[in-house]
Amino acid sequence: MKLTMWTYEGPPHVGAMRIAASMTGVHYVLHAPQGDTYADLLFTMIERRQSRPPVTYTTFQARDLAGSTADVFKTACRDAVDRFQPEALLVGASCTAELLQDDPGGLAKTLDVDVPVVALELPSYQKKEAWGAAETFYRLVRHFAGGVSRPSEIAPNSCNILGPTALGFRNRDDVVEIRRLLEEHGLDVRVVAPLGASPADLARLPDAAFNIVLYPEIADVTARWLKKTHGMPFLSTVPIGVQATRAFLAEARAMAGLPAMVDASNEQERSTWYAKSVDSNYLTNKRVFIFGDATHAIAAARIASRELGFKVCGLGTYMREFARDVREAAEQYGIEALITDDHLDVEQAIIAARPELVLGTQMERHIAKRMRVPCAVISAPVHVQDFPARYSPQMGFEGANVIFDAWVHPLMMGLEEHLLQMFRDDFEFNDGAAASHLHETGTAKAPVDAAPIIMPDAVDQPVGWTVEAEKELKKIPFFVRGKARRNTELFAAGKGIQPITVETLYDAKAHFAR
Amino acid sequence: MNQPLPTPCNTGSTIRQRGQHEVFCGLTSIIWLHRKIPDAFFLVVGSRTCAHLIQSAAGVMIFSEPRFATAIMDERDLAGMADMHDELDEVVEKLLERRPEIRMLVLVGSCPSEVIKFDLGRAAERLNARYASRPRVLCYSGSGIETTFTQGEDNFLAALVRGLPGDIRSGRPAQLVVAGSLADVVEDQMARLLADLGIEDVVFLPGRSSDVLAPIGPQTRYVLAQPYLGATAAALESAGARRIDGIFPLGEEGTTAWLQAIATTFGVSASRFEAVTAAPRRRAREATAHYRPWIEGKRIFLFPDSQMEPSLARYLNRELDAEIIEVGSPYLHREHVAGELAMLPPGVSISEGQDVEVQIDRCRAARPDLIVCGMGLANPFEAQGLVTKWSIEFAFTPIQGYEQAGDLAELFARPLMRQGLLSGAASPSRRVAS
Ligand code: SF4
Ligand code: SF4
Repeated sequence: MKLTMWTYEGPPHVGAMRIAASMTGVHYVLHAPQGDTYADLLFTMIERRQSRPPVTYTTFQARDLAGSTADVFKTACRDAVDRFQPEALLVGASCTAELLQDDPGGLAKTLDVDVPVVALELPSYQKKEAWGAAETFYRLVRHFAGGVSRPSEIAPNSCNILGPTALGFRNRDDVVEIRRLLEEHGLDVRVVAPLGASPADLARLPDAAFNIVLYPEIADVTARWLKKTHGMPFLSTVPIGVQATRAFLAEARAMAGLPAMVDASNEQERSTWYAKSVDSNYLTNKRVFIFGDATHAIAAARIASRELGFKVCGLGTYMREFARDVREAAEQYGIEALITDDHLDVEQAIIAARPELVLGTQMERHIAKRMRVPCAVISAPVHVQDFPARYSPQMGFEGANVIFDAWVHPLMMGLEEHLLQMFRDDFEFNDGAAASHLHETGTAKAPVDAAPIIMPDAVDQPVGWTVEAEKELKKIPFFVRGKARRNTELFAAGKGIQPITVETLYDAKAHFAR
Repeated sequence: MNQPLPTPCNTGSTIRQRGQHEVFCGLTSIIWLHRKIPDAFFLVVGSRTCAHLIQSAAGVMIFSEPRFATAIMDERDLAGMADMHDELDEVVEKLLERRPEIRMLVLVGSCPSEVIKFDLGRAAERLNARYASRPRVLCYSGSGIETTFTQGEDNFLAALVRGLPGDIRSGRPAQLVVAGSLADVVEDQMARLLADLGIEDVVFLPGRSSDVLAPIGPQTRYVLAQPYLGATAAALESAGARRIDGIFPLGEEGTTAWLQAIATTFGVSASRFEAVTAAPRRRAREATAHYRPWIEGKRIFLFPDSQMEPSLARYLNRELDAEIIEVGSPYLHREHVAGELAMLPPGVSISEGQDVEVQIDRCRAARPDLIVCGMGLANPFEAQGLVTKWSIEFAFTPIQGYEQAGDLAELFARPLMRQGLLSGAASPSRRVAS
């Protein structure tokens, strides 16, 4: 038994739903109690999809347990086939039905429905959402691409894109971006799966020369199987960030037998210049803490460190399946990877790392918000806001531009830092003044007077300040004052200094100076 | 499937179909219960699905650490039942170390814990002995095989009533118990009205603090503030309390009828009742009138969600002049909602439980002006050009009582106003204003 307040991943059948909802022509009959239908809202509300996910829940109740829940399941299957006429029926059990041992796969076989049935065995008490999605995708591909043979003539530039799903972080836009890039480079993208694919499309997977794995969490198993069974090579460099996108394109060209590029520049790409511009100087060695799914976390660390000049002070994932990859990545930044699915551990690690920017999931956004540290979401699990109306890929050159904006905007107060410093005595900027867009007789306090940042571990007993020290603190511009206060209090607490004097303030400043 | 089930008798034309339900399970009521009783903590003993449900339905909206959690069972627990109680004890110990301020710990059963017959009652007893009832440990079931959405609250309140410790029975017995979670602001208003009517020793269930519980006995009368409290009513009755029958306090009419039922029971004079309620009644009517132009004549279809649907339909029809097409409810407690059902106009379809696909067909065929439905269904309807209202908002928004009557009307009016704004249609309020 494990105590949990928040969870990074849902159960494996939610992963299966993500695959079903990604595809066309697939219907999933899920043996589950009525309450499990909540999962529909992930798609219709959080992702704002216009249709319900193609899932029929058997919604058995207590009174059914005395009779036969197996019959409830069979009726639901027949009704679903009649009503939705899918090309393929997925059948499986949620955690409760798993305990009933009704064997959905076996039952569905006895039904004689005129539709291929793919049975899922997703052990709910061992595995989680991403694993369930990967397994479901693999089962479907094996079913539909297993018996087919590869054509004798295959155009070398033909490829498939594997891995994007419903509820994936910006997957919808990534596919558009990567497909466009590949096509610009003369590649022929045949099937994208599971997002937008039908069972018939899966049967066409072996018709292409090679596969591109965009999201290893979802498609790694399938790509390996296609390699083993059909001899299809695959490429799994994830094109997030400018450098990775260049490497990705070079590899794709090589796989497609196209000549290497002479000039790798891209007009669309602005983030390299933006990062170099003098305006970005303040980004130097900003401490960034990164946590998320393995793909996005590893990519974020690389971009942060190599493309934006941040200092990676934390890197981790909740996906144990990819722990090795994340550990290897962390080593490059001289830190130890955090592999945990307990958000409280992550919170502790964030506090200890003292980041200036957090890149994480919905959960890290909560944590960062409480600690008043800027944050950008880079990975599932996400919130409705992370499915924006605008086009905002993470992959490719446009993705790199989007990332630059998304990560740097939360730090904008810092950008103003070096400009506003010059005007610190200006009546407009002194913290007693009303915001400049308000009427000049306005008496409101400056709206951004940063309150002290509360670090949960450091403030069991708030450290006292002498009157002089408080006065001195007030001389520090308001937009960095919170940080100065926090650092000083941390420093004082660490050294057992009480109360904080002007001296302590400057000792702390010297201590934390970089 | 899809065949109407036989009903025990032929009164009324209730549609009862078997098939897929599209409702939350009882675990979801934790979302408001934990806010209502700040010194309580709800620990679901369940699966990753249960944890994910609570997170998806509420978690992302709550920014501080919540006062609920899940003890997720895993393979090891299922392999050997014997040590599950030890495992739970360890989780509880860990939790109490982290949250020593908890005064009441509520163990919540889920489908998996029920199917494997994990005895939470025994666990609660053991933990009570171990911690000397500090915190007090209670348990109830919120499982989806037993309960929908609001029924979790019902089971919790019933557990609260049954768990009344003998030693607080020394206090003055309650004259009146108002059962059913109400928003604090509503509870305060109701308390003021009841006090002005001269009714003393009124107890709200649940209370805002876990240990303020007056004894309940044969002198106690109780009134339901929510229509989904079958188990709570039974528990109160076995403690000797007697129910005051009435419709529910939604809208001006509902609130007045509810208060009148109480006033009659306690022999409040007609003149006093009039004096106390006249001003808020007028305000409620005034506030409601503001939104009536948007809703009158509109055809409304209610999907099952919270069991509040019959009361909402009655209010929509009688105070806002809407036409009701269908009233779905996950379950109908015939006795408790008899008054509501009797006030619905003839011809309204009532459905209990659901086969959601068939119900969607009926709904589409009827092309209502407004659909009240759950979060899973709303956007797909909107995408088809139908206008929807999330039913969950009726559970989360203060809507009971006089001062909320206008807010309740607005909940229904807003999607229709919005449709008007986005389609550029003329505003009915302009008609009225001129
Ligand atoms: S329906 Fe049952 S298994 Fe599903 S979330 Fe509710 S209690 Fe848990
Ligand atoms: S509730 Fe009563 S009257 Fe209605 S069908 Fe059932 S038994 Fe008959």
